[in-house]
Amino acid sequence: MGYKYTAAAFNQLLENLRKKHRVYAPILLKGKGKFSDADLVGYDEIARVEEVVFNQKSYFSPKETFYPITQTLFYFAGDEFKESVVDEKGIIVFLRACDIQAVERLDKIMLENGLSPDYYYERLRKHLKFIVMDCQESFDSCFCVSMGTNTTKNYSASVRYENGLYLSDVKIDIDGLFALYGEQFEVSPQFVETNKQMVQVPQNLNLESVAINPIWEEYGARCIACGRCTVVCPSCSCYTMQDIFYEDNPKCGERRRVWASCHIDGFTDMAGGHSFRRTNGERMRFKVMHKINDFKQRFGVHMCVGCGRCDNACPEYISLAHCIDRLGKEEVGNCG
Amino acid sequence: MTINTKRVMKNAWRITRDRNLTCLRIRVPGGYLPVKLLPLIQEIAERFGNGAVHITTRQGFEIPGIAFEHMTEINALLTPLIEELEVKIGVTIDQPDQGYPSAGTRNVVACIGNKVCTNAVFDTTALAKDIEKIIYPNNPHVKIAVTGCPNDCVKVHMHDIGILGQVEPLYDAQRCIGCQACINNCHKVSTGALTLVNYKVKRDASRCIGCGECVLKCPTAAWTRGGKYYRVVIMGRTGKKNPRVAATFLEWAEREVVLKLCANLYVYIDKHIDRSLPKEHVGYIVDRTGYPIFKEEMLKNVDLGSKAQLASILNFAGPMYDNHVSFLNT
Ligand code: SF4
Ligand code: SF4
Ligand code: SF4
Ligand code: SF4
Ligand code: SF4
Repeated sequence: MGYKYTAAAFNQLLENLRKKHRVYAPILLKGKGKFSDADLVGYDEIARVEEVVFNQKSYFSPKETFYPITQTLFYFAGDEFKESVVDEKGIIVFLRACDIQAVERLDKIMLENGLSPDYYYERLRKHLKFIVMDCQESFDSCFCVSMGTNTTKNYSASVRYENGLYLSDVKIDIDGLFALYGEQFEVSPQFVETNKQMVQVPQNLNLESVAINPIWEEYGARCIACGRCTVVCPSCSCYTMQDIFYEDNPKCGERRRVWASCHIDGFTDMAGGHSFRRTNGERMRFKVMHKINDFKQRFGVHMCVGCGRCDNACPEYISLAHCIDRLGKEEVGNCG
Repeated sequence: MTINTKRVMKNAWRITRDRNLTCLRIRVPGGYLPVKLLPLIQEIAERFGNGAVHITTRQGFEIPGIAFEHMTEINALLTPLIEELEVKIGVTIDQPDQGYPSAGTRNVVACIGNKVCTNAVFDTTALAKDIEKIIYPNNPHVKIAVTGCPNDCVKVHMHDIGILGQVEPLYDAQRCIGCQACINNCHKVSTGALTLVNYKVKRDASRCIGCGECVLKCPTAAWTRGGKYYRVVIMGRTGKKNPRVAATFLEWAEREVVLKLCANLYVYIDKHIDRSLPKEHVGYIVDRTGYPIFKEEMLKNVDLGSKAQLASILNFAGPMYDNHVSFLNT
């Protein structure tokens, strides 16, 4: 069912959604860019629809709204422990088609991998509802079409801003509020069908030849192991555990789970000082293979959804899209 | 030939080694020049000079090889340049068609700042122009420079007043993944103000110089930019007597404070300058009056705010040329 809303009507809708949900969207974070006098588009709670940034891609992904960067899992005191409490409110997130597909990738690794679902992921994930933001035009670094992630049907509602109105296709109305504040109107969400950059995704990489491909040395010489590409990625799921012992009373403390990155020093460190992938080139190879090969072998879809955020974030201008394309073209070349 | 050298020099023309020729000095506040003014500089150099300009260390142009007789004509030609670079930014110049009204107070120089540089804490050109508005035109020999961060690319430490940008880094522990990029970088390139405590980062505010390197290196924006502040260093100089690197006077000062200090400096100079000398450089006035008097007069009617730190002594370093003990026994 489609609806249209004036800003005032949409804001009333939001106000009522916010009674039982936290509503997150990409907004302009004033002065939060890394350079002075620069803004950043990132996720935060919104109260008004005018805050939502529609005409830019968010720098950080929506992942942090339901998979926190730092999350306390439980507190301990001597032999006892107590689980941390999570907000029972729902989580509504404005995000793009590729981002929703990325959440589906996270679900696979967090809920379908191993014997039981990841409890701490699931307890927030089950509250999550999607509002997909239409993509009328592709942004510079997007390559979702090549990854097959440019559309989605997995959403409660869609939204786009057009001629002063907010247009929504509602699949699952949340508490009947979309119908209550909207005026019926024919709407179908818009997704891009082409990107400015189209990428040749390799189909069947030969692991042995990939391992000795000289491109990793080249990337290794360029990459500074900062981890930006992974922290902005909507489908990276890695985390590490931290046990904190309170200074005043080391018998008490908490266990936290914090995002981690395969690009950053220390990721593969093990007791005894052994470390698997020491060079930045090896790390790049590991990431790329995970994103466009290994994950698919296990789950049937690529982990990378082609959102292009890693390209935007890399201080060394390393483009994953370009890297994938190189591998894809080499593969075709080798076969032909 | 009769020439009033004092008046000529005050008008930004030089006495040169060639008795018949002068040289024009053009100031470019903040060193940022709209290129539409370049053809005029070219025209003057080609029509009246020797077809070349010297790019000065103070981010201006000197146009050499001009006969004295052309001064009035060239002063009139300069009008659009003076209008654009001075009058338009708010400098009071009564007769912009008669050349520069004074030359003692030198051009305010600035690094490129956050127009281009990733390190820059603020818009250096904008501050340079606001300072120019306060201090120009003026006769005392004063050099002021503005730089975007503690890298000090403009060498403000060789100036009477040097201004360096400082940013207060803000930390959001929830966003921190403990990668230590900020800690390592602060240790390597700055002051080592950061340490890891329980996997999160602690900042020792007394060591932090506000360079912003932690913000630049943080992948998750756990560090972001808070308020903009300024370190003010004073009485650095070159010269024949006692060159020295400026000493910190204030840190974490607000913009308004910086502007007020620039104004107060001229009140101080006017009160204490030795008028028996042809000119006295402000650093030597401070050497004579001492820091306590200087400090008191500079801070008159200045509200330092809650963040600013004031130096208790001026910690200078620099040789006295006439007291160079290392030569005594050789
Ligand atoms: S394009 Fe980059 S950031 Fe986006 S999903 Fe792929 S790897 Fe992650
Ligand atoms: S963002 Fe670029 S430099 Fe940083 S780890 Fe990723 S590929 Fe390397
Ligand atoms: S002083 Fe700092 S801001 Fe200015 S150019 Fe140098 S590094 Fe950039
Ligand atoms: S601003 Fe500079 S000195 Fe201060 S903590 Fe950050 S890196 Fe260190
Ligand atoms: S760089 Fe950022 S994420 Fe890394 S330790 Fe420092 S604050 Fe934490």
